[in-house]
Amino acid sequence: MWNYTFKRIVQGLITVWFIASATFFVMHSVPGDPLLDARATSEEIRKNLEAFYGLDKPLIEQYGIYLINILKGDLGISFTQQNREVNDIIREHFPVSATLGILAVLFAALGGILWGALTALFRNRMPDIVIMFLVVLGVSVPSFVFAALGQLSLVTINDWLGRSLLPVAGWGSVQHLLIPSLVLGLGTMAFLTRLMRSSMLEVTNADYVRTAKAKGLSATQIFIRHQLRNAILPVITVLGPAIATITTGGFVVELVFAIPGLGRYFVQSVQQLDYTVIMGTTVFYGGFLVFMVIAVDLVYGLIDPRVRVR
Amino acid sequence: MADKTFWQSFGALAGLAAGAVGGLLAFMLVLAYFADLTFMEDASSAAVDYEQRSISIVIEQEPPQMDSTRATDAVSGMLLGHLMEGLLRYDGQGNLQPGVAETWEVNSDGAVFHLRDSARWSDGAPVTAHDFVFSWRKSLEPETASAYAFIMYPIKNAEAINLGQMPSEMLGVVAEDDLTLRVEFERPLAFFDRLVAFTTYYPVREDFYESREGRYGADAEDLLFNGAFVMTNWIHGAEIELMKNERYWNRDSIWLNRINIPFITADSNTHLNLFKDGKVAMVQLASDTLENAIENRWSIRRFAEGTVFYLSLNHRPDRLTANLNLRKALYYASDPAELVYRVIKLPGYLPGASLFPSWLKGEHDFLRREYPVPPHPVNVELAREHLELARRELGLDAFPPLVLLVGDTPTSLKQAEYFQNTFKRHLGLEVRIDAQIFKQRLEKATLGQFDMVAAGWAPDFDDPLTYGDLFASWNQNNRGKFRSDELDAQVRIAQGSTHAPERMRAFGEIQRILLDQVAIIPNYERGRVFVADPRLEGLIRRSIGPDPDYSRARIREN
Repeated sequence: MWNYTFKRIVQGLITVWFIASATFFVMHSVPGDPLLDARATSEEIRKNLEAFYGLDKPLIEQYGIYLINILKGDLGISFTQQNREVNDIIREHFPVSATLGILAVLFAALGGILWGALTALFRNRMPDIVIMFLVVLGVSVPSFVFAALGQLSLVTINDWLGRSLLPVAGWGSVQHLLIPSLVLGLGTMAFLTRLMRSSMLEVTNADYVRTAKAKGLSATQIFIRHQLRNAILPVITVLGPAIATITTGGFVVELVFAIPGLGRYFVQSVQQLDYTVIMGTTVFYGGFLVFMVIAVDLVYGLIDPRVRVR
Repeated sequence: MADKTFWQSFGALAGLAAGAVGGLLAFMLVLAYFADLTFMEDASSAAVDYEQRSISIVIEQEPPQMDSTRATDAVSGMLLGHLMEGLLRYDGQGNLQPGVAETWEVNSDGAVFHLRDSARWSDGAPVTAHDFVFSWRKSLEPETASAYAFIMYPIKNAEAINLGQMPSEMLGVVAEDDLTLRVEFERPLAFFDRLVAFTTYYPVREDFYESREGRYGADAEDLLFNGAFVMTNWIHGAEIELMKNERYWNRDSIWLNRINIPFITADSNTHLNLFKDGKVAMVQLASDTLENAIENRWSIRRFAEGTVFYLSLNHRPDRLTANLNLRKALYYASDPAELVYRVIKLPGYLPGASLFPSWLKGEHDFLRREYPVPPHPVNVELAREHLELARRELGLDAFPPLVLLVGDTPTSLKQAEYFQNTFKRHLGLEVRIDAQIFKQRLEKATLGQFDMVAAGWAPDFDDPLTYGDLFASWNQNNRGKFRSDELDAQVRIAQGSTHAPERMRAFGEIQRILLDQVAIIPNYERGRVFVADPRLEGLIRRSIGPDPDYSRARIREN
């Protein structure tokens, strides 16, 4: 077990290093110049800026310096927000994305497992058909539509009530969390529902379920002990990467609901060619994703003894 | 038998589930603590609040730079305009008013500003001439790498300091005593008083600046204010709060106690929803939200924001657009009125006719009334004649596609498609649209990888020169490398003369040369449409200076 964990962690570190290197070289090779602005500056000012950000050195030397700085935990200073360190940006804005993301995953996982189990129980009957129709909608409609719709319904409800039931946008209180995280989790919830439904149906016809029936167990017992527990495994598998994608993929939701999350910085930095923020957020998110995948692999063994590694 | 195992496993499962939920909740609380979440919504977040003398607004983005010596963007400029005050400031009609300076004398080779002794920093210390000397030197030091340093070049030795050829102590600005600031010009200058209202000319106090150890402007506590408001809270990306500055010398003219900015997002639909929900006092409308605002029967207001947009043509010798007849063909075929009224279709926009926008002041009247642009009739016949001449001069059988470099916003794309369509229809020319994000467009424009580039220019100060020197051969922003000795000579007159009629004549000449030579194809002057809470009064919108300006706003008592 420890051996395996260690091996996975080393593999993970290599993956993160690879992500960092690939991003670094791709970023420097895309067209565009991070130091250009609407008002042209003189050569001298430009040289000063290049020296400040270390862009005056050869690329390979910049890469070396960059790797050393990452090891030291220093991600540099933002190009667009010249007073802020990338470390500060991540420290201040990741908790916001994470809070939102975790609540969204919670909604998605609990909702997905519940609806999935429900549709499997009611297979091919009315509740199944209705829910599966909604699921197809949820999987195929992009999140910016949900975000806009969610906000519009909030405005309409507030307007109709004549008072503010839930805030339309912004950040700062727990009320601000609810609708955005629901919107953010909707796609994953739909996906998990479908996954849960098919894996529930798969285990319904399994031998051990028939055995359990033959032993005379009640329907509830079979449902919870044999079906649910076995069916939940694939859901757990995708949950890890889902946490990472939800936490990192909140850009649209953050924009629409004016939430100060890291996703906005992640996307804007690419648009503005903010080199240090691109690198910082990519390495951070990359590391986070790798960590989640490893964590799920390890947790998986705890849930299902059959896949436990030695 | 089975019951026991069932309850055991059920209990284990329920325990696991409860543990997981509990763990997640605890984790959330920890995160909520780090994210500074409360359990109650802020009650004082109404759009306008008469009792509290408070308003709430939304801004497009986090201000990137609150250090006035380095700020370049509109959002930072807007906030700094509320928090700081220069020697002079603009009022609601765009006229210069005394700021920190009580009186001033400007002549052709220098200026003296007499500071009022009642001006205070937000910590109570007096604002002195030394604070201006410090910030002006700071802006020019090459290490500061301020993109707006050029706006100080009229001051003696400024350019040399900025190029690193001289120490900043050589700058032609002296604090004769705490309240007297003497400025020496590099060459005779007519409009210095119009420059000192600009952001880069705001004061910064040396001891405070040094005490922040390189973090000046990074957070609310890293700033010191001398304007109408102070920043009391700044949660990055989330919230900014401005409170009335009780030490501001002109505090009696400020009615508002608080300007709250609880929302930071660029999404125009969100802006509209916040306004509808009664959360913000003013929102700008975009093409998609305008219709919605009309449906809501809000009173829609507009103003000419003043930025001029045009196609800048590439005059580098290896480009087809270096040919004057081709440029004339493009010019005669394009119709700014059609572009504005039938394609962009946003209120407030005006068809472009010149590099100089229609609101710029000349000697006695608007510059464009004193030096009118000859009417620009669309003339397809004439355009085709010029195209044929160009084809022969260039020795071509047919024209290869022309590259039109544009931004990736919806308005830019509409604009690009209009020209693509027009040039195809009238001239049979193919136009290849090269839509790029901001930094890549700038790089391509700087490297000259275009035939036409959609460009825009916002004014910095209230003198026609803010546009007038754009196409001088030495100007870095002249990305099409237009070069005319005649124009350069007129720019020198406009920069160096102190005789107003002579300067205005020079601007008239510059306008004529640009049109004769078709250096650019004018497109439009941008307008702004917005809705504001009907109780909000005294909101100032302007083309030059901080916009929007809430500092003199008040709220009507229902």
